[in-house]
Amino acid sequence: MDAELVQERTEVRARQRQSWRHTAVSALGPLTALVGLVWALAQPYRITMLDPDKHGFWYLVIQPPLLVILAGAVFHFWVVPGLLADLERAEEEPVP
Amino acid sequence: MQPPPEVVHWMFGTGFVFLGLCLLAETIVGRKVWRRRAWRAYLWPSVAFLMGVFMWPVMVFFTSSAIHMLAHGVWAQAMMLAGAAQLGLVRGKLRNPLWELTLPFAFAVSGGAFLIHEQNPWLFSRAAFLHHALGWTAIVGALVTLALFARPRSPVFNAGFAVVFLAFSVLLFCDRNVAPIFGHLSPLAGGR
Repeated sequence: MDAELVQERTEVRARQRQSWRHTAVSALGPLTALVGLVWALAQPYRITMLDPDKHGFWYLVIQPPLLVILAGAVFHFWVVPGLLADLERAEEEPVP
Repeated sequence: MQPPPEVVHWMFGTGFVFLGLCLLAETIVGRKVWRRRAWRAYLWPSVAFLMGVFMWPVMVFFTSSAIHMLAHGVWAQAMMLAGAAQLGLVRGKLRNPLWELTLPFAFAVSGGAFLIHEQNPWLFSRAAFLHHALGWTAIVGALVTLALFARPRSPVFNAGFAVVFLAFSVLLFCDRNVAPIFGHLSPLAGGR
Protein backbone atom coordinates (compact mmCIF):
# COMPACT_ATOMS: atom_id res chain seq x y z
CA MET A 1 0.00 0.00 0.00
CA ASP A 2 2.78 2.44 1.01
CA ALA A 3 4.77 1.50 -2.05
CA GLU A 4 1.77 2.24 -4.28
CA LEU A 5 1.31 5.65 -2.65
CA VAL A 6 4.97 6.49 -3.09
CA GLN A 7 4.79 5.39 -6.74
CA GLU A 8 1.67 7.54 -7.31
CA ARG A 9 3.27 10.58 -5.68
CA THR A 10 6.39 10.16 -7.82
CA GLU A 11 4.25 10.03 -10.98
CA VAL A 12 2.30 13.15 -9.93
CA ARG A 13 5.59 14.98 -9.31
CA ALA A 14 6.90 13.86 -12.70
CA ARG A 15 3.73 15.16 -14.40
CA GLN A 16 4.03 18.50 -12.56
CA ARG A 17 7.65 18.84 -13.70
CA GLN A 18 6.61 17.97 -17.25
CA SER A 19 3.87 20.58 -17.26
CA TRP A 20 6.24 23.29 -15.98
CA ARG A 21 8.79 22.59 -18.71
CA HIS A 22 6.10 22.24 -21.36
CA THR A 23 4.54 25.56 -20.38
CA ALA A 24 7.87 27.37 -20.30
CA VAL A 25 9.02 26.10 -23.72
CA SER A 26 5.58 26.65 -25.27
CA ALA A 27 5.45 30.22 -23.93
CA LEU A 28 8.81 31.38 -25.34
CA GLY A 29 7.64 31.94 -28.94
CA PRO A 30 4.32 33.67 -28.13
CA LEU A 31 6.01 35.89 -25.53
CA THR A 32 8.63 36.94 -28.07
CA ALA A 33 5.92 37.70 -30.63
CA LEU A 34 4.07 39.70 -27.97
CA VAL A 35 7.21 41.78 -27.32
CA GLY A 36 7.39 42.48 -31.07
CA LEU A 37 3.71 43.47 -31.12
CA VAL A 38 4.07 45.83 -28.15
CA TRP A 39 7.14 47.35 -29.84
CA ALA A 40 5.17 47.85 -33.08
CA LEU A 41 2.41 49.62 -31.14
CA ALA A 42 4.91 51.75 -29.20
CA GLN A 43 6.89 52.78 -32.32
CA PRO A 44 4.49 52.49 -35.27
CA TYR A 45 6.92 54.43 -37.50
CA ARG A 46 9.10 51.33 -37.46
CA ILE A 47 6.38 49.56 -39.47
CA THR A 48 7.39 51.07 -42.79
CA MET A 49 4.75 49.21 -44.80
CA LEU A 50 2.20 51.61 -43.28
CA ASP A 51 3.84 54.34 -45.36
CA PRO A 52 5.54 52.50 -48.24
CA ASP A 53 6.12 55.51 -50.53
CA LYS A 54 8.55 57.13 -48.10
CA HIS A 55 10.96 54.21 -47.74
CA GLY A 56 13.47 52.37 -49.90
CA PHE A 57 13.89 48.64 -50.47
CA TRP A 58 15.89 47.71 -47.35
CA TYR A 59 13.68 49.64 -44.94
CA LEU A 60 10.59 47.99 -46.40
CA VAL A 61 12.09 44.50 -46.15
CA ILE A 62 13.67 44.86 -42.69
CA GLN A 63 11.13 46.09 -40.12
CA PRO A 64 12.54 45.22 -36.66
CA PRO A 65 9.26 44.69 -34.69
CA LEU A 66 7.98 42.39 -37.45
CA LEU A 67 11.30 40.54 -37.46
CA VAL A 68 10.98 39.90 -33.71
CA ILE A 69 7.46 38.53 -34.28
CA LEU A 70 8.83 36.41 -37.14
CA ALA A 71 11.67 35.03 -34.97
CA GLY A 72 9.15 34.08 -32.26
CA ALA A 73 6.83 32.46 -34.82
CA VAL A 74 9.62 30.49 -36.53
CA PHE A 75 10.84 29.25 -33.15
CA HIS A 76 7.31 28.32 -32.05
CA PHE A 77 6.24 26.51 -35.22
CA TRP A 78 9.55 25.02 -36.31
CA VAL A 79 11.52 24.20 -33.14
CA VAL A 80 8.95 23.76 -30.35
CA PRO A 81 6.73 20.90 -31.68
CA GLY A 82 9.62 18.45 -32.07
CA LEU A 83 11.19 19.59 -28.84
CA LEU A 84 7.98 19.00 -26.87
CA ALA A 85 7.59 15.54 -28.43
CA ASP A 86 11.17 14.68 -27.39
CA LEU A 87 10.57 16.11 -23.92
CA GLU A 88 7.45 13.96 -23.44
CA ARG A 89 9.30 10.87 -24.63
CA ALA A 90 12.22 11.58 -22.28
CA GLU A 91 9.92 12.07 -19.29
CA GLU A 92 8.03 8.86 -20.00
CA GLU A 93 11.24 6.85 -20.02
CA PRO A 94 11.96 5.12 -16.71
CA VAL A 95 14.75 6.73 -14.68
CA PRO A 96 17.68 4.27 -14.42
CA MET B 1 22.05 48.07 -53.35
CA GLN B 2 24.06 47.73 -50.12
CA PRO B 3 21.92 47.68 -46.98
CA PRO B 4 22.52 50.62 -44.59
CA PRO B 5 24.63 49.67 -41.52
CA GLU B 6 21.67 49.92 -39.13
CA VAL B 7 19.74 47.43 -41.28
CA VAL B 8 22.68 44.99 -41.12
CA HIS B 9 22.65 45.31 -37.31
CA TRP B 10 18.90 44.61 -37.23
CA MET B 11 19.39 41.48 -39.36
CA PHE B 12 22.06 40.22 -36.96
CA GLY B 13 19.69 41.15 -34.09
CA THR B 14 16.99 38.87 -35.52
CA GLY B 15 19.44 35.98 -35.68
CA PHE B 16 20.48 36.62 -32.08
CA VAL B 17 16.82 36.58 -30.90
CA PHE B 18 16.29 33.19 -32.53
CA LEU B 19 19.57 31.86 -31.13
CA GLY B 20 18.75 33.18 -27.64
CA LEU B 21 15.37 31.45 -27.73
CA CYS B 22 16.97 28.15 -28.78
CA LEU B 23 19.58 28.37 -25.99
CA LEU B 24 16.88 29.24 -23.45
CA ALA B 25 14.81 26.26 -24.58
CA GLU B 26 17.91 24.05 -24.28
CA THR B 27 18.37 25.26 -20.70
CA ILE B 28 14.74 24.46 -19.85
CA VAL B 29 14.60 20.95 -21.34
CA GLY B 30 18.22 20.00 -20.67
CA ARG B 31 21.05 19.25 -23.07
CA LYS B 32 20.17 15.54 -23.32
CA VAL B 33 16.66 16.19 -24.65
CA TRP B 34 17.83 19.07 -26.86
CA ARG B 35 20.40 16.86 -28.57
CA ARG B 36 17.93 14.07 -29.34
CA ARG B 37 17.70 15.46 -32.87
CA ALA B 38 20.99 16.02 -34.64
CA TRP B 39 20.01 19.27 -36.36
CA ARG B 40 19.29 20.86 -32.98
CA ALA B 41 22.69 19.84 -31.64
CA TYR B 42 24.39 21.42 -34.65
CA LEU B 43 22.23 24.54 -34.72
CA TRP B 44 24.14 26.80 -32.30
CA PRO B 45 27.68 25.86 -33.47
CA SER B 46 26.72 26.25 -37.15
CA VAL B 47 25.15 29.65 -36.50
CA ALA B 48 28.27 30.77 -34.59
CA PHE B 49 30.47 29.64 -37.51
CA LEU B 50 28.16 31.27 -40.06
CA MET B 51 28.13 34.56 -38.12
CA GLY B 52 31.93 34.47 -38.30
CA VAL B 53 31.73 33.94 -42.08
CA PHE B 54 29.27 36.83 -42.46
CA MET B 55 31.64 39.10 -40.56
CA TRP B 56 34.00 39.01 -43.56
CA PRO B 57 31.62 40.86 -45.94
CA VAL B 58 30.87 43.24 -43.07
CA MET B 59 34.63 43.83 -42.79
CA VAL B 60 35.01 44.40 -46.54
CA PHE B 61 31.96 46.56 -47.24
CA PHE B 62 31.14 48.38 -44.00
CA THR B 63 34.41 49.39 -42.37
CA SER B 64 35.71 52.91 -42.81
CA SER B 65 39.16 52.81 -41.16
CA ALA B 66 42.09 50.45 -40.67
CA ILE B 67 41.35 49.81 -36.98
CA HIS B 68 37.68 49.21 -37.82
CA MET B 69 38.69 46.68 -40.50
CA LEU B 70 41.26 44.91 -38.30
CA ALA B 71 38.76 44.64 -35.42
CA HIS B 72 36.15 43.04 -37.67
CA GLY B 73 38.72 40.69 -39.21
CA VAL B 74 39.98 39.44 -35.84
CA TRP B 75 36.41 39.15 -34.68
CA ALA B 76 35.43 37.05 -37.74
CA GLN B 77 38.31 34.66 -37.10
CA ALA B 78 37.51 34.25 -33.39
CA MET B 79 33.84 33.51 -34.13
CA MET B 80 34.71 30.98 -36.82
CA LEU B 81 37.21 29.30 -34.48
CA ALA B 82 34.61 29.01 -31.69
CA GLY B 83 31.91 27.76 -34.10
CA ALA B 84 34.24 25.19 -35.66
CA ALA B 85 35.44 23.97 -32.25
CA GLN B 86 31.85 23.61 -31.04
CA LEU B 87 30.96 21.69 -34.22
CA GLY B 88 33.92 19.38 -33.63
CA LEU B 89 32.90 18.80 -30.02
CA VAL B 90 29.26 18.03 -30.93
CA ARG B 91 30.35 15.69 -33.74
CA GLY B 92 32.80 13.94 -31.41
CA LYS B 93 35.85 14.69 -33.57
CA LEU B 94 37.28 16.85 -30.79
CA ARG B 95 37.46 15.13 -27.42
CA ASN B 96 39.52 17.47 -25.29
CA PRO B 97 37.13 19.63 -23.22
CA LEU B 98 39.67 22.46 -23.34
CA TRP B 99 38.29 23.23 -26.82
CA GLU B 100 35.29 24.69 -24.97
CA LEU B 101 37.59 27.55 -24.00
CA THR B 102 37.42 28.83 -27.59
CA LEU B 103 33.98 30.19 -26.64
CA PRO B 104 35.07 32.57 -23.86
CA PHE B 105 38.05 33.43 -26.08
CA ALA B 106 35.70 34.41 -28.94
CA PHE B 107 33.57 36.48 -26.57
CA ALA B 108 36.63 38.22 -25.13
CA VAL B 109 37.99 38.98 -28.63
CA SER B 110 34.56 40.22 -29.77
CA GLY B 111 34.27 42.44 -26.69
CA GLY B 112 37.81 43.71 -27.16
CA ALA B 113 37.15 44.40 -30.86
CA PHE B 114 34.05 46.45 -29.99
CA LEU B 115 35.78 48.44 -27.26
CA ILE B 116 39.07 49.04 -29.06
CA HIS B 117 37.66 50.13 -32.42
CA GLU B 118 35.11 52.50 -30.84
CA GLN B 119 37.31 55.48 -30.09
CA ASN B 120 34.56 57.96 -29.20
CA PRO B 121 33.15 58.29 -25.66
CA TRP B 122 29.86 56.68 -24.55
CA LEU B 123 27.63 59.71 -25.18
CA PHE B 124 29.16 60.73 -28.53
CA SER B 125 26.21 59.19 -30.42
CA ARG B 126 23.89 56.23 -30.13
CA ALA B 127 26.19 54.05 -32.26
CA ALA B 128 29.15 54.86 -29.95
CA PHE B 129 27.06 54.09 -26.86
CA LEU B 130 25.94 50.77 -28.34
CA HIS B 131 29.50 49.81 -29.29
CA HIS B 132 30.58 50.32 -25.67
CA ALA B 133 27.48 48.51 -24.32
CA LEU B 134 27.92 45.60 -26.75
CA GLY B 135 31.62 45.36 -25.92
CA TRP B 136 30.99 45.11 -22.21
CA THR B 137 28.11 42.66 -22.78
CA ALA B 138 30.56 40.47 -24.73
CA ILE B 139 33.06 40.68 -21.84
CA VAL B 140 30.26 39.56 -19.47
CA GLY B 141 29.56 36.81 -22.03
CA ALA B 142 33.20 35.72 -21.79
CA LEU B 143 32.91 35.47 -18.00
CA VAL B 144 29.60 33.55 -18.25
CA THR B 145 31.06 31.06 -20.76
CA LEU B 146 34.14 30.68 -18.59
CA ALA B 147 31.86 29.84 -15.64
CA LEU B 148 29.95 27.48 -17.95
CA PHE B 149 33.23 25.73 -18.75
CA ALA B 150 33.79 25.17 -15.02
CA ARG B 151 30.15 24.14 -14.31
CA PRO B 152 28.60 22.97 -17.62
CA ARG B 153 25.36 21.74 -16.04
CA SER B 154 24.58 24.87 -14.07
CA PRO B 155 21.11 26.13 -15.14
CA VAL B 156 22.07 29.65 -14.00
CA PHE B 157 25.11 29.85 -16.30
CA ASN B 158 23.25 28.16 -19.18
CA ALA B 159 20.39 30.64 -18.84
CA GLY B 160 22.95 33.44 -18.51
CA PHE B 161 24.52 32.33 -21.80
CA ALA B 162 21.10 32.59 -23.52
CA VAL B 163 20.37 35.96 -21.90
CA VAL B 164 23.68 37.35 -23.24
CA PHE B 165 22.43 36.64 -26.79
CA LEU B 166 19.05 38.22 -26.06
CA ALA B 167 20.85 41.29 -24.64
CA PHE B 168 22.94 41.45 -27.84
CA SER B 169 19.78 41.42 -29.93
CA VAL B 170 18.14 44.25 -27.91
CA LEU B 171 21.27 46.40 -28.29
CA LEU B 172 21.53 45.65 -32.02
CA PHE B 173 17.89 46.56 -32.59
CA CYS B 174 18.52 49.92 -30.85
CA ASP B 175 21.12 50.88 -33.44
CA ARG B 176 20.54 53.78 -35.87
CA ASN B 177 22.97 55.27 -38.39
CA VAL B 178 22.89 58.70 -36.72
CA ALA B 179 20.83 59.24 -33.58
CA PRO B 180 21.22 60.85 -30.16
CA ILE B 181 21.67 58.86 -26.98
CA PHE B 182 19.86 60.16 -23.87
CA GLY B 183 19.60 63.54 -25.63
CA HIS B 184 23.32 63.71 -26.49
CA LEU B 185 24.66 63.82 -30.04
CA SER B 186 28.10 65.27 -30.71
CA PRO B 187 28.29 67.95 -33.45
CA LEU B 188 31.06 65.79 -34.96
CA ALA B 189 28.53 62.98 -35.37
CA GLY B 190 25.98 65.20 -37.09
CA GLY B 191 24.33 66.90 -34.08
CA ARG B 192 23.78 70.65 -33.74
